[in-house]
Amino acid sequence: MKMMKTALLGSAIATLVTTAAWADGHGCGVEGGRLSIIGNEFPAIQTVARNAVECAESGSAEASANLTADHQTLNVAGMTGNPAEYTTAIVANSSIVALINEDVIRPLDDLVAEYGQDIPAQQLITVNGQVMAVAFMANSQNLVYRADVLEQIGMDVPTSYEQVLEAAEKIRAEGIMENPVGGAYAAGWNLAQEFTNMYLGTGGQFFEPGTANVTINNENGVEALEMMKALTEYMNPDYLTHDSNATSAEWEAGNVALMNMWGSRTNVLMDSEGSTPEVYENTMTSGPLTVGDSGRPANTLWWDGWTVAKNISDEDAAATFLAMKAGVSPDILNDETMTEAVWLMPNFESSPVNTGVLASVAAGSTPYPMVPFQGLLHTALGDNIADFLQGNESAEQTLADIEAAYTAAAKEQGFLQ
Amino acid sequence: MSTATRRPMTVQLLATSFLVIWLILAAFPFLWTLWGSFKVEGDFFSKADWANSLYGTLTRIETGGSFTGDGYYGAWIQEEFWRAAFNTLIVCVCVVTISLTCGTLAGYALSRSPYRYAFWLLLFALIFRATPPLILVSGYLLPFFEWNLWGHLSTTIIVLVAINQPFTLWMLHAFFKNIPKDLDESAMVDGCTRFQAFRHVIIPVMWPGVITTGLFSFLLAYNDFAVTSMLLSKENQTMVPKLNSFLGTTQTKGNVMFAVAAVVSITAPLFVMIMFFQRQIVSGLTAGAVKG
Amino acid sequence: MKHSSFIWFVLPSVVLMILFIALPIVSVVMQSLYTEHEQVIVTVENCGPFGCVEAQSVDQEATQALRDAQPLGKFAGTSVYRDRNHLAVDEVAAAWEASGSYREFWGTLMNLPFYGAMAFTLTYTAIVTPMTIILGFFVAIAVNSVARSLRGPTIFFSLLPMIVTPLVGALILFWMVDARGILGTALQWLANDPSLSVKASTPLMWIMLMFYGTWSSIPFAFIVYYAGLQTVNTDTLEAAMIDGASRWERIRYVIVPHLAPLTTFIALIQLMDNFRVFEPIISFQAQAHARSLSIAIFTDLGGETRLLSSAAATSVLTIVFVAILLMPVLVRTWREFDTK
Repeated sequence: MKMMKTALLGSAIATLVTTAAWADGHGCGVEGGRLSIIGNEFPAIQTVARNAVECAESGSAEASANLTADHQTLNVAGMTGNPAEYTTAIVANSSIVALINEDVIRPLDDLVAEYGQDIPAQQLITVNGQVMAVAFMANSQNLVYRADVLEQIGMDVPTSYEQVLEAAEKIRAEGIMENPVGGAYAAGWNLAQEFTNMYLGTGGQFFEPGTANVTINNENGVEALEMMKALTEYMNPDYLTHDSNATSAEWEAGNVALMNMWGSRTNVLMDSEGSTPEVYENTMTSGPLTVGDSGRPANTLWWDGWTVAKNISDEDAAATFLAMKAGVSPDILNDETMTEAVWLMPNFESSPVNTGVLASVAAGSTPYPMVPFQGLLHTALGDNIADFLQGNESAEQTLADIEAAYTAAAKEQGFLQ
Repeated sequence: MSTATRRPMTVQLLATSFLVIWLILAAFPFLWTLWGSFKVEGDFFSKADWANSLYGTLTRIETGGSFTGDGYYGAWIQEEFWRAAFNTLIVCVCVVTISLTCGTLAGYALSRSPYRYAFWLLLFALIFRATPPLILVSGYLLPFFEWNLWGHLSTTIIVLVAINQPFTLWMLHAFFKNIPKDLDESAMVDGCTRFQAFRHVIIPVMWPGVITTGLFSFLLAYNDFAVTSMLLSKENQTMVPKLNSFLGTTQTKGNVMFAVAAVVSITAPLFVMIMFFQRQIVSGLTAGAVKG
Repeated sequence: MKHSSFIWFVLPSVVLMILFIALPIVSVVMQSLYTEHEQVIVTVENCGPFGCVEAQSVDQEATQALRDAQPLGKFAGTSVYRDRNHLAVDEVAAAWEASGSYREFWGTLMNLPFYGAMAFTLTYTAIVTPMTIILGFFVAIAVNSVARSLRGPTIFFSLLPMIVTPLVGALILFWMVDARGILGTALQWLANDPSLSVKASTPLMWIMLMFYGTWSSIPFAFIVYYAGLQTVNTDTLEAAMIDGASRWERIRYVIVPHLAPLTTFIALIQLMDNFRVFEPIISFQAQAHARSLSIAIFTDLGGETRLLSSAAATSVLTIVFVAILLMPVLVRTWREFDTK
């Protein structure tokens, strides 16, 4: 807690300094207009929104931010009206497709040409040649391990899930931990995400190329499910209720030695709060794991970025663009914000907490598919995989159920006839 | 009725032990929360050992004392929870007042009408209440955004009143049916209009039912999450969505304890409120004695 | 009561309900009869921080033309109701043909999302509703016989399960029943089984959900009954006592009939709320073990791509089933109306 207050104080000072810089006449370019942000609420997005709002206010624009876990429900409705309530939505590669499908965000090419020449090309997200979003951070799930425990059993850092199983067996056999493997396997979104990782790792393909026909009921699907089930043998029996928060808590309690966890969360695992030195000092992260012999990393890459609403005036669009650009500019990075995420800005300095994500990028992990019907499959996966893990039915039956649930949903959405 | 009656020891004992068991069941989670709100997250939500929340192992390491007020400080001062508390107060007062005004009028009329349409109205109200709130709220979003109604306290208040109306109607209808018709009908024979009869005869005796219904309207407005989380903007947030933002999908350390501390601290005023209404409900005893 | 005064009395309430409930229901019904237009899919190249990939995208211009022509979507009749994620008419028929035994048929049926959800929902409703009514009644009787000075605090504590925000209340309970939480440990000690975990077993999770459901709605039944008890006619009670009626007989013949209309009311509300069970499942993260119709709506609306027609169809089905479930109580109310 003390640490947090000091940190807050730090950010307050930093804020003062930056505001002073703008007051000096270095302004961020906004003059009037409106900025209204909708987005998720994790710390990196809070930082971006805070800086964007500050910039907009220094340019006497109306500014507000609604950062909430329900952003996905609100953003489409809030951007549909004319003028749109929200001038920008902060999205990820999974959630941008809903906005593109509903046609509520505008291409940014003209704004980039006019105001954003200095945005590095790698931050621009293009769909069919048009810039649709500007990314500011990357994320992925990677192996997090306890160095001391691996040393104790005399094993190197696992690079494949097969080695994870081997290490887990040893840890259990030597009586160090009862359930050494962790993972966000909560039924629903999290579980579907783990399958997505694993299935891509087996070299599987979700859809027949160029169509919305799902093809997961195959050897790769079975292999992915079998591996997930093998891992759950070494997990806390409650794994189907463990989301990322609960899994992190397990880690901090020192009950887990190996887990696949979001890069954006390792920061919290390595700090001194809520845990004992034995745990946080030995928490390390490495690159993605593989499964089987496909050689493909079993994880997905994610970005978070901002968009601009379609149904707003040009003035508001320009103000939003400039403010958001300032919100993700290199200037926002300081000692406190640097570790919040793997930022895509050029002056980002890596620290041990981000090694996992960077290793995933280097290993050529697949980006989470930016396909309009991927979300439907994700929901179907999340609803059905638990049946298999609980031993209620065969892998083939589960995969068939998923395909059937997806097909019904895709027909309703008009992706399939 | 109870104080005047004597009853055998065994029955007395049985009733008392039943009540004691119930009270423990009902209050234990809250008392546990009250105790835990003075600990750090690592203790209260300990994955290592539940007894940590009794002894405060990590609390001592992290703050130096066995108890900490950090949760309360964070919620009320750092996160300005009082704003949300104030918004909740506005929402609750308005919802209760409007709900009861509309509800008592309609509930009374429904209990006194001999015609079939009264039954059909009640029936439809019931069907309305069967609608899952999730789908209702998602249906409101688009028009509210379009007509610029989204985000305001007043919109939320009206929606809460409307959603709660079927319940209020049924409940008050049930209570008014318990009040004998002779009361207001004799007043009308004496020359009162229907409304005057309602005002002078029914209102004085209706309080037990109205207070109880009001209590439910209050709790609905106070605890609602489905509507408030979707329809209110950040600055107009009431307490429950604010609490939820402390929890978050990605929990920031220490913030969960803000939520716990906030829950504990907002229960205290409710204690006072219920003590007050308890007297009102009991005062209905005399009103009820008029009957028959 | 005269028609005209009736109208004035009910007007405000009726207007509110029409605007905010009836109209949305109409739009929900409409929505459930339409599906999205055929989406024109094109293959495009997407680029970002991790390089470029080929992916599919919706051709906005082509799709927009279809949308403008028919803004409601494509008329689908009852096809959404009949598809696999709802009533699964074809799948059930096929399973009936293919199954050798009722047991096998039942297994296939339970594997379909709608019927699986119904199984839990109906069990939950059938157990929680009577438990709430009975226990709530006894709590009310017990609280009513407490000395007056103690009544305030007793009422307050009895209401606590309902007062503490379910959001946080369930979070704390969820932690308490964890295998390493205070209640979880107590259960392990009671069952003498150190590996017992409520969250890992489907039957225990069901019991937990029903226990929580009862616990959190007893205060509702309690306070309604308690208010009702305050209007029990003391003369009748005294007369019964003089006639030599025992305490139990007084409850049976005086108090219970007096509270009957309230019981109807509690039963209606509880049946409805329990049928729509949602919060406990979310709070206890029990989606792997128990699903309900409300959970289905929640997942439809909460995904990256929102399934509006599907959610609308499930909502309509919920309303229809609630109406069927309430039929006995409604018939009773109808008779009461007729005898008036």
